[in-house]
Amino acid sequence: MRPLEAVNDFVVKFANVNGSGSASANQLFAKSILRMGVPATPRNIFPSNIQGLPTWYEVRVSEANHLGARGGTDLMVAMNPQTWDQDLKSIEPGGYLFYDSTRPLPPSKFRSDITVIGMPLTAICNAEYTDSRQRQLFKNIIYVGALSALLDIDPAVLETLIGEQFKAKEKLIDVNIHALHLGRDYALQNLACPIGLRVRKADAIGDRIFIEGNAAAGLGAVYGGATVCAWYPITPSTSLAEGFTRYCNRYRVDKETGKKRFAIVQAEDELASIGMVIGAAWNGARAFTATSGPGISLMQEFIGLAHFAEIPAVIFDVQRAGPSTGMPTRTQQCDVLTAAYASHGDTKHVLLFPEDPHECFEMSALAFDLADRLQTPVFVLLDLDIGMNERLCAPFRWDDNRRMDRGKVMTAEDLEAGRDFGRYLDVDGDGIPYRTYPGTHPTRGAFFTRGTSRDRYARYTEEGAAYQDNMERLLRKFDTAKTLVPRPIRRAAAEPTRLGAIYYGSSSAAMDEAVSLLAGQGIALDTLRVRGFPFHEDVRRFVSDHDQVFVVEQNRDAQLRTLLITEEEFDPAKLSRVLHYDGSPITARFIAGRIAETVSSLKIVPLRKAVP
Amino acid sequence: MTYLPKPKLHHPKLPTNELGFTRRDYEGSISTLCAGCGHDSISAAIVHACFELSLPPHRIAKLSGIGCSSKTPTYFLGNSHGFNSVHGRMPSVLTGANLANRDLIYLGVSGDGDSASIGLGQFAHSIRRGVNMVYIVENNGVYGLTKGQFSATADKGARNKRGLANLDEPIDLIGMALQLGATYIGRGFSGDKAQLVPLIKGALTHKGAAFIDCISPCVAFNNHVGSTKSFDYVREHNAAVNFLDVIEGRDEIVVDHAPGTVEVVRQHDGSLLKLRKIARDYDPTDRIAAMNFLQQHQARGEIVTGLLYVDPDADDLHGYLDTAEKPFNQMTDAELCPGTTALEKLNAALR
Ligand SMILES: Cc1ncc(C[n+]2csc(CCOP(=O)(O)OP(=O)(O)O)c2C)c(N)n1
Ligand code: SF4
Ligand SMILES: [Mg+2]
Repeated sequence: MRPLEAVNDFVVKFANVNGSGSASANQLFAKSILRMGVPATPRNIFPSNIQGLPTWYEVRVSEANHLGARGGTDLMVAMNPQTWDQDLKSIEPGGYLFYDSTRPLPPSKFRSDITVIGMPLTAICNAEYTDSRQRQLFKNIIYVGALSALLDIDPAVLETLIGEQFKAKEKLIDVNIHALHLGRDYALQNLACPIGLRVRKADAIGDRIFIEGNAAAGLGAVYGGATVCAWYPITPSTSLAEGFTRYCNRYRVDKETGKKRFAIVQAEDELASIGMVIGAAWNGARAFTATSGPGISLMQEFIGLAHFAEIPAVIFDVQRAGPSTGMPTRTQQCDVLTAAYASHGDTKHVLLFPEDPHECFEMSALAFDLADRLQTPVFVLLDLDIGMNERLCAPFRWDDNRRMDRGKVMTAEDLEAGRDFGRYLDVDGDGIPYRTYPGTHPTRGAFFTRGTSRDRYARYTEEGAAYQDNMERLLRKFDTAKTLVPRPIRRAAAEPTRLGAIYYGSSSAAMDEAVSLLAGQGIALDTLRVRGFPFHEDVRRFVSDHDQVFVVEQNRDAQLRTLLITEEEFDPAKLSRVLHYDGSPITARFIAGRIAETVSSLKIVPLRKAVP
Repeated sequence: MTYLPKPKLHHPKLPTNELGFTRRDYEGSISTLCAGCGHDSISAAIVHACFELSLPPHRIAKLSGIGCSSKTPTYFLGNSHGFNSVHGRMPSVLTGANLANRDLIYLGVSGDGDSASIGLGQFAHSIRRGVNMVYIVENNGVYGLTKGQFSATADKGARNKRGLANLDEPIDLIGMALQLGATYIGRGFSGDKAQLVPLIKGALTHKGAAFIDCISPCVAFNNHVGSTKSFDYVREHNAAVNFLDVIEGRDEIVVDHAPGTVEVVRQHDGSLLKLRKIARDYDPTDRIAAMNFLQQHQARGEIVTGLLYVDPDADDLHGYLDTAEKPFNQMTDAELCPGTTALEKLNAALR
């Protein structure tokens, strides 16, 4: 077996023990590749546990800009004896294994078709450090140093990064750089460096930035003018509220008075978080909560109230697999239906599907405008894969001329001038009524907010006709929403095709890559990335333009497909499922494999071949 | 069934308050509760208190959960925004509303089912956060709106209309409020308006979490012999510890009572709570003593009423969070959005 050879195109996986301090060393590794101008995409694979259980950190290096997960491992950095067997198995034939050789292992513990690189990390640490915590922490930096030699990573880049990381703690810079070189020098002297996998300086990053989706969404909420955040901790959404907190402390503390232009409340549960959001939004502040599936389940009643009482609310759902004792630290797109139809009665909600941190920021800020404009809850559906992993993405942009769209709010002047105010009166034909904030005018504009037992002027009634009238207006409002949510993005294959694929959210990177894999196999695929619900009319056009449309999703039940069939009444036979739902991020290999399989089983003749 | 607007014909001789409003200006639409329901007396007391304090009605926001009690905000303060939210969750909605605009007065109205059963958690947490509000529980020991099931404040052994005894221990919301750090705590009785109106006035002028437990008999389902929340039972067991007078303005009041029988507490806004003592040894500024007193008297089957605790220098959630003086809902783009310069800098730091 010939050892793998690849420049700027391989996957390194670190197998670590949770709580061993490996995260920042691994991050340093990923960043050093980015700084060499080569796209690198890290992914954390971690258990629902604080200390002791296995974690993995996977870095896909791809000068061709494939940012989705690839599957398989070319170089395994096996630092966890507990997962040795499975880690060994996951190495691609011809791949490499880097391990701590302090304790000798029998030959049966290895594979003959890979290159094994042993380095006595523990022994080196024990010789260098006496403190057990130092031994543990510097071991991580030492292996990064060794990897820099093995993969030909510029040590100067690593030194710069260490300098930036410990800017505030000068003392730590030297000791970390020392550890780095300890590892690097050992490797240079004792191991065959470099191996077949190499990082070579390139210029493939451009002006892109590197950030987690949750942090980006938290920042978007700051730019979007949110002042109230009420939340309850739940993985993988916690870092969104934390991101908002961090950016608020940076940008929203009054320089003179030290007073805060924001309020963040860690509520007692998700019922209280959404209740606070609704109360704040009813009273004219921009408010949001961040949660995941189990939290959405608890919020159901309130979401219905907000829908019917027409109160803006922004809900970030960072999706994860399963219930609380399911797979809380694994990714999925499994709350699409729950969010779309959340609550009792006839309810439908606006959904946004960001593909990466850039869109997390944009859609976060946009969600507040949409919620105010439409006076309704708006869900931003992230998932663990984009929420909790740093991802290379287009830089954030903002237009200083942009103003918050507070929607239809009657002012004291409007009321004073005698404008007719009916809280649920459709004056403009778009289904959106006017509202007033409490305390606006001494004698006009006050109303009593309740669910649906009221007429157009918010007067109490239980009459069926008034109820139905209101429900029909809500449908008109939902139609208006179609014109306001982000349009889907359509991409045509290089040649005409009758095959299409619809996808959304974090599947984006894998999908892009799958399209080129399939093109290589002679299967041309047009794609449509859905970015919002209700569906824009472009979705209908796309489906009717194709004979077969694959709906690519990360859930078992084809939730977006169900939504498409239910809302747009598409022929189910026309929509094929491509479903990935084991909790790991979807890969291009998976998508291309499924589509190619279906294409051959359906005997769909690619257009190119059909033409004689 | 549609709502019944109250005819707004003002009697020319109706007294007006400092703002020129008559009491009618603080009323709402006509109540649809059962005739004689205790809740209606509480609504009347709220109207009375707001009128006497000359509060601008539109500067009050009234929020409630679900229940007969929670319906009452329609029946008072017709010029205030109201929010009939969901069962047991008024406290969170009120908390959010309060965060959005610290300048309004927040009046939360709830029932014993709403606050002690389904909403016990939200009741507790809103109080421990010190939300600046008046939180009134209209306590009748039953779920009125769903036709008379026991609520969590029903006493153990109390009998329902069909003669069945309640088997569970009652939840004492006053005891909980004391323990959770409410900074103004009173218990009233809908049948004693003279005591209730000043209790509400004191709560409205208080800064911090003010809680009032008001026993409010349900004439339809819990006013029979064997009930411990009936008019007769409450009258017989009512043990008032003091009688409150709320005096506005900063003038020192003249104490014309025998020494030791009157206590005056000055609140942060300058209003004075003048307490005529009935239980001579009761000190409403001592939280722990109040807890002990209440426990002892409750054990004897007495319903202790009056102003039970006050911390006149209390702070509130905004104080704890150190939020800006300007209400969030009036902040502009310039105050909220950091703009492109900051974003460019951030982009650069993320490379
Ligand atoms: C989630 C939910 N469960 C149940 C109900 C039905 N329900 C309406 S009012 C009520 C009890 C109200 O009791 P209380 O708060 O004591 O008010 P009262 O009618 O006695 O004034 C119940 C159980 C509801 N509205 N919502
Ligand atoms: S049922 Fe009871 S609580 Fe409800 S309105 Fe009638 S008397 Fe009042
Ligand atoms: Mg009740």
